[in-house]
Amino acid sequence: MPEAKVIVAKEADVEPRINEWKRFCRVFLARKIIWLALFVIALLLFTAVFGPWLAPYKPNEQNLADSMAPPSRKHLLGTDRLGIDTFSRLIYGARTALIVGVATSFTSAIVGTLLGMVAGFMGGVVNTVIMRFMDALMGFPMIVLALLLAGVLGSGMLNIIIALTVANVPGYTRLMCGMTLSVKENDYIMAQRSIGSSSFRILAKHIFPNTLQPMVVMLTTSLGGIILAEASLSFLGIGIVPPDVAWGSMVADGYKYLQTNPILSFAPGICIMLVVFSFNIIGDGLRDALDPRLRGTL
Amino acid sequence: MLSYIVRRLLWGLVIIWLVTLIVFFVIRLLPGDPLLIYLAQNQDINSMPREQIDALYREYGLDKPILVQYANWVFNLLRGDLGLSITYRQNVGKLMLERLPVTLHVGMTGFIVSLVPGVLVGLIAAMRRASWIDNVVTIISYTGIAIPVFWLAYILIYVFGLRLKWLPIAGYVSPFEDFWLSTKHLIMPVICISLPGIAATARQMRSSVLEIASQDYVRTAWSKGLAEKAVVCRHILKNSLIPIITLLGMRIGFIFGGSVIVENIFAIPGMGRLLVGSIFAQDYVVIQANALIMAVIIILSNLLVDISYGWFDPRIRYD
Repeated sequence: MPEAKVIVAKEADVEPRINEWKRFCRVFLARKIIWLALFVIALLLFTAVFGPWLAPYKPNEQNLADSMAPPSRKHLLGTDRLGIDTFSRLIYGARTALIVGVATSFTSAIVGTLLGMVAGFMGGVVNTVIMRFMDALMGFPMIVLALLLAGVLGSGMLNIIIALTVANVPGYTRLMCGMTLSVKENDYIMAQRSIGSSSFRILAKHIFPNTLQPMVVMLTTSLGGIILAEASLSFLGIGIVPPDVAWGSMVADGYKYLQTNPILSFAPGICIMLVVFSFNIIGDGLRDALDPRLRGTL
Repeated sequence: MLSYIVRRLLWGLVIIWLVTLIVFFVIRLLPGDPLLIYLAQNQDINSMPREQIDALYREYGLDKPILVQYANWVFNLLRGDLGLSITYRQNVGKLMLERLPVTLHVGMTGFIVSLVPGVLVGLIAAMRRASWIDNVVTIISYTGIAIPVFWLAYILIYVFGLRLKWLPIAGYVSPFEDFWLSTKHLIMPVICISLPGIAATARQMRSSVLEIASQDYVRTAWSKGLAEKAVVCRHILKNSLIPIITLLGMRIGFIFGGSVIVENIFAIPGMGRLLVGSIFAQDYVVIQANALIMAVIIILSNLLVDISYGWFDPRIRYD
């Protein structure tokens, strides 16, 4: 019987009254796959920060004598037609992926939070205008919207961040609008109003902290999607373009040599997959560990 | 119910109007003059007489203020005229009619292929929770969501196209021309479009089944001694499919999103390939029409999903 289990778990929890943080860590770190994901992300962070010192060669350093070299001690993953070291390019690509992912998810979280909280708190016409506009933006597939904007703005890292931000804002806005609407109904908000707190104070001090948990989950999960979208744009040649290095464009560049040297395309693809996989696993792990409904059962 | 449908349809129209605003004004911010870019690609502009350029501007209506251009564009849309492509020198409506069926053929096949495996795998994983099957399914579905479609396409091309030489690596053949050849061309693109769908459906299905399986009526079904098959099929499966319907609505969007990449890799002459091509060529008439048609189809199908909820789940009441 599931019910019996819940009661037992509750009793066990009540006695030592372990603090929230410990409980969160215990639940979050319980699954082995989380450790793998954390390891991949730690590795990504490390390579992104220390890339220039780790990479044996410069990302665009040509060495025609070693053109299309197979993997060897000199070139761990071989080289491309111009003799550029694939392993070094992968290391520099980590930085691109991380910068675009983090910058995009944070800016879209900030913009989405502001818009969503205003829409949810003000209600009425403001809500209608903001949310219908978000609905319209969500009518486009994310990649198509990002493609249109990137086409307008041109390639380059900053433009890609802007394009992906616009494509990601509607999701955050919807989440925050919904959260604000539900938190707004609580008695403690009413109490704040009755003692004459300003709207800004209520939003910043009482509504915002209550929306943090779902936001953290969304930030983490969306990172994977954003990195995938950036890779897709770069693959199509509209995102990050040479001389900047991106995993997506590396896959595309390798197509011509798929028959002779498939590593050129396969290696960056594996990096993209591992990173996206890890962010998704961590995001879902956070969601489970933070979900109050699952408290005591895990 | 009827008033709900009417209200939703009206809001749908408002959203489509907002979409036209986004499509039109975002694309008109394109740096550079589309007409000049086109002309420069084909002939020496400096040697062209000023009157001839002006005549072209008038032909495309680019000499008028931007708000008038928008009004003209919307007015022509309502009459079913999508404009004249600058690079193709062809009516965009006709161009879309050639491209849309191709995208729908590839996309819908991928969509349909992703349904049954996704639901089945998710159901099995949830019913055998925490077993090795569940673990394998979970890892595979996370991988399926994380796998870059273009990379998967290259692996398939490498294995089945270049090494084994079983499948053609690019191109599209209409099923009415040669059904067998058309299917052969379709296999790899459809795998690429459907795999993320299968993974997402399986994950959603798993959590949906787990939620339903803990409901009181399911416990009642078990305790009155129903066979596993009856409980699973009649009580769990039917109810846990409801959230999947929302997901299916979203997948329509993914068909177009995926088509952008898949059509480019496999050289399929559909809307996605046209979109990327016209972005590079800065053919704003085609970009506008293309993005608009995608958005309208997605908005309408989401509307359909919302409305069909009441039919699938009588507990939902509209008021």
